[in-house]
Amino acid sequence: MLKIDNIHTYYGHIHALKGISLEVEQGEIISLIGANGAGKSTTLLSISGLEKPRTGTITFNGEDLTKLSPEKIVNLGITQAPEGRRIFPNLTILENLELGAFLRNDKKQIKKDIEFMYGLFPILGQRRNQLGGTLSGGEQQMLTISRALMMEPKLLLLDEPSLGLAPIIVQQIFDIIKKMNDEYNITVFLVEQNANQALKISDRGYVLQNGVITLTDTGENLLKNDEVRRAYLGV
Amino acid sequence: MDVGYFLKLLLSGLTRGSIYALIALGYTMVYGIIKLINFAHGELYMLGAFTGLIVASLMSYSGINPVLSLIVATIIAIIYSSAYGVAIEKIAYKPLRKSQRLSALISAIGVSMFLQNFVLLFQTSDFLSFPNLIPTFKFLKPVENYLSSAQVLIYICTALFLIGFTILVKFTKTGKAMRATSQDSKMAQLLGISINKVISFTFLIGSAAAAIGGVLISSQVGQINFYIGFIVGIKAFVAAVLGGIGSLAGAVLGSFVLGLVESFGTGYISSNYEDLFAFVVLIVILTFKPAGLLGKSEKQKV
Ligand SMILES: Nc1ncnc2c1ncn2[C@@H]1O[C@H](COP(=O)(O)OP(=O)(O)OP(=O)(O)O)[C@@H](O)[C@H]1O
Ligand SMILES: [Mg+2]
Repeated sequence: MLKIDNIHTYYGHIHALKGISLEVEQGEIISLIGANGAGKSTTLLSISGLEKPRTGTITFNGEDLTKLSPEKIVNLGITQAPEGRRIFPNLTILENLELGAFLRNDKKQIKKDIEFMYGLFPILGQRRNQLGGTLSGGEQQMLTISRALMMEPKLLLLDEPSLGLAPIIVQQIFDIIKKMNDEYNITVFLVEQNANQALKISDRGYVLQNGVITLTDTGENLLKNDEVRRAYLGV
Repeated sequence: MDVGYFLKLLLSGLTRGSIYALIALGYTMVYGIIKLINFAHGELYMLGAFTGLIVASLMSYSGINPVLSLIVATIIAIIYSSAYGVAIEKIAYKPLRKSQRLSALISAIGVSMFLQNFVLLFQTSDFLSFPNLIPTFKFLKPVENYLSSAQVLIYICTALFLIGFTILVKFTKTGKAMRATSQDSKMAQLLGISINKVISFTFLIGSAAAAIGGVLISSQVGQINFYIGFIVGIKAFVAAVLGGIGSLAGAVLGSFVLGLVESFGTGYISSNYEDLFAFVVLIVILTFKPAGLLGKSEKQKV
C-alpha cells in the first residue's frame, strides 16, 4: 500500500533521513520506533508532504506522493495525527472534529461520525462547545485521534499518540488504535517511543537510528530482540 | 455643553470608524493568516475609489440613474480591487513566503509605491471630483444638520458587511478553514485544507471590503487622488493594531475607537492635529495593553 524507497530528507544542511526504505501493507499495523531525534517525525512529515524528500520516492497504491501537495495526499486517504497534538486551541471541539472531515461532503454521515467519536471518547461529547485549548493533554490527544479518524482514512499516521499520558489513558488509546484496525480496516503506521505497547499491537516494526533503519522484524520478534530490549524497552 | 455639536461629532466619528473597520479587517485578516503587514492594502482602497469614480462618471454622463450607477460602480470596484489583491499576493508575497518576514514587508511597501505611481501616471496628481450619487433620504430631513444620507448609507453598508463577514467566518466551512489556518497552518494542511486557497480568499475578502470603503467614502467626500489610500491605510492599520492585530473583532473595535477619538479630538481640541490623534491613542493603549484591546499574547494568536 505504502512504499518508501530510499528517501533522503533534509532541514537545510541537516540530513535527517539518510536513505530510508520501508513498506506498509493494507490492513497492517506497523510501528516505527527510535530514540529522540532519530527521524521518526520527519518520516511521517515526508509521507504527508510537509517536508519533501530531496531524493527517493514514496508511493501510495502506486501513486508518487513526493510530487503531490499535502492536501492532495490527504485526499488519497492518508491522514496524520502529528506530534504534539496540534488541536486548534481557539476552535471548539466540535469545530475541530468538523475540520477533520474537511474533504468530505456527506454531511449526514459526518454528523453520525461525530457522534461515534463522542461515543468513543465521551469527554469530547460533553465538552463539544468548549474551545480545544481548554482540554487537558490526554483529552487533546483523544481529540487529535478522533479528528484524524473523521477523514475516514485508509492509512492513519500516528506520531507518538501516547506521549505524556497516564498509563490508563495510554492503554485506552492503544486499544482504540487496535479496534480501528480490526473493525474498520484502517491501516496504521505508528511512531512511538513507547516501544513495548506499540510493538504488542503491531504486525511488524522498524527501528530507526540517526536517520537509518537498522532493524526490521515482526512485532513479536522485536519484543524479544536483545538490542531492542536494551535500547528501547529499558530491560 | 452643546448637545447638538456633541451628537454631530459622535455620528461623524462612527462614520470614520465604519470606513476604518472596512479597511482594518483586511490588515488583520492577512496578518492573522500569513503574519504579514500588507502595506499595499490602503492602495486597494484607493484603486477601489478610482474604479468607482471611472465607472460612476461614465454611467452618470450617460444619464443612468445615480443609485444604479453607485451600485454598479461599487460592484465593479469590488471585482477590480479583489483581482488586484489576489494578484498582488501571488506575485509579490507568495514567492517570499518561506523567506524572512522582512522581505515580504519590503515587497509590500514596493507594491504600495508601485500602485500609487501607477495611478498617478495614468490619472493625475490633482484631486478628481467624485460624482454625487448618494440619494437624499427624505426621512433624514429633521436631523440633516447632524446626519447626512451618505453617513447613513455608510453605516448600513458597513453593518451589512460585518454581519455577512461574521457569518462567513463563524459558520461556513471556508470560515472554519480560515480560522484553522491562522491558528496552525501546517495542521490545517494535514487536514486537507489548501492554504493557497485560504490565502487567496483572505486577500479577496479584504480587498473587497476596502473597495466598498473606498467608493462609499469618496461619494461622501466628493473628491479623490492617488494618495488617499496611504493615509487612510495607515490609520486603519493603527486601528487594527489598537484592537490587537490578528483579531477580527479587535479590528472593528479599534476602528471605532480611533474614529471617535479623531472626531472628538478635531472637534474639541483642534483640527490641525487631525492625523496626530491616531498615534496618541495608539501609544496610550499599547502602553497599557501591549497586545491591543482584544489581542492575545503571542502564544495563541487570533
Ligand atoms: N524543523 C527542523 N529544523 C531543523 N532540524 C530539524 C527540524 N525538525 C527536526 N530536525 C532535526 O532532524 C532530526 C530528526 O528529527 P525528528 O523530529 O524527525 O526526530 P524524532 O525521531 O521524531 O524525534 P522525537 O522522538 O524527539 O520526536 C533531528 O536531528 C532534529 O534535530
Ligand atoms: Mg518526533
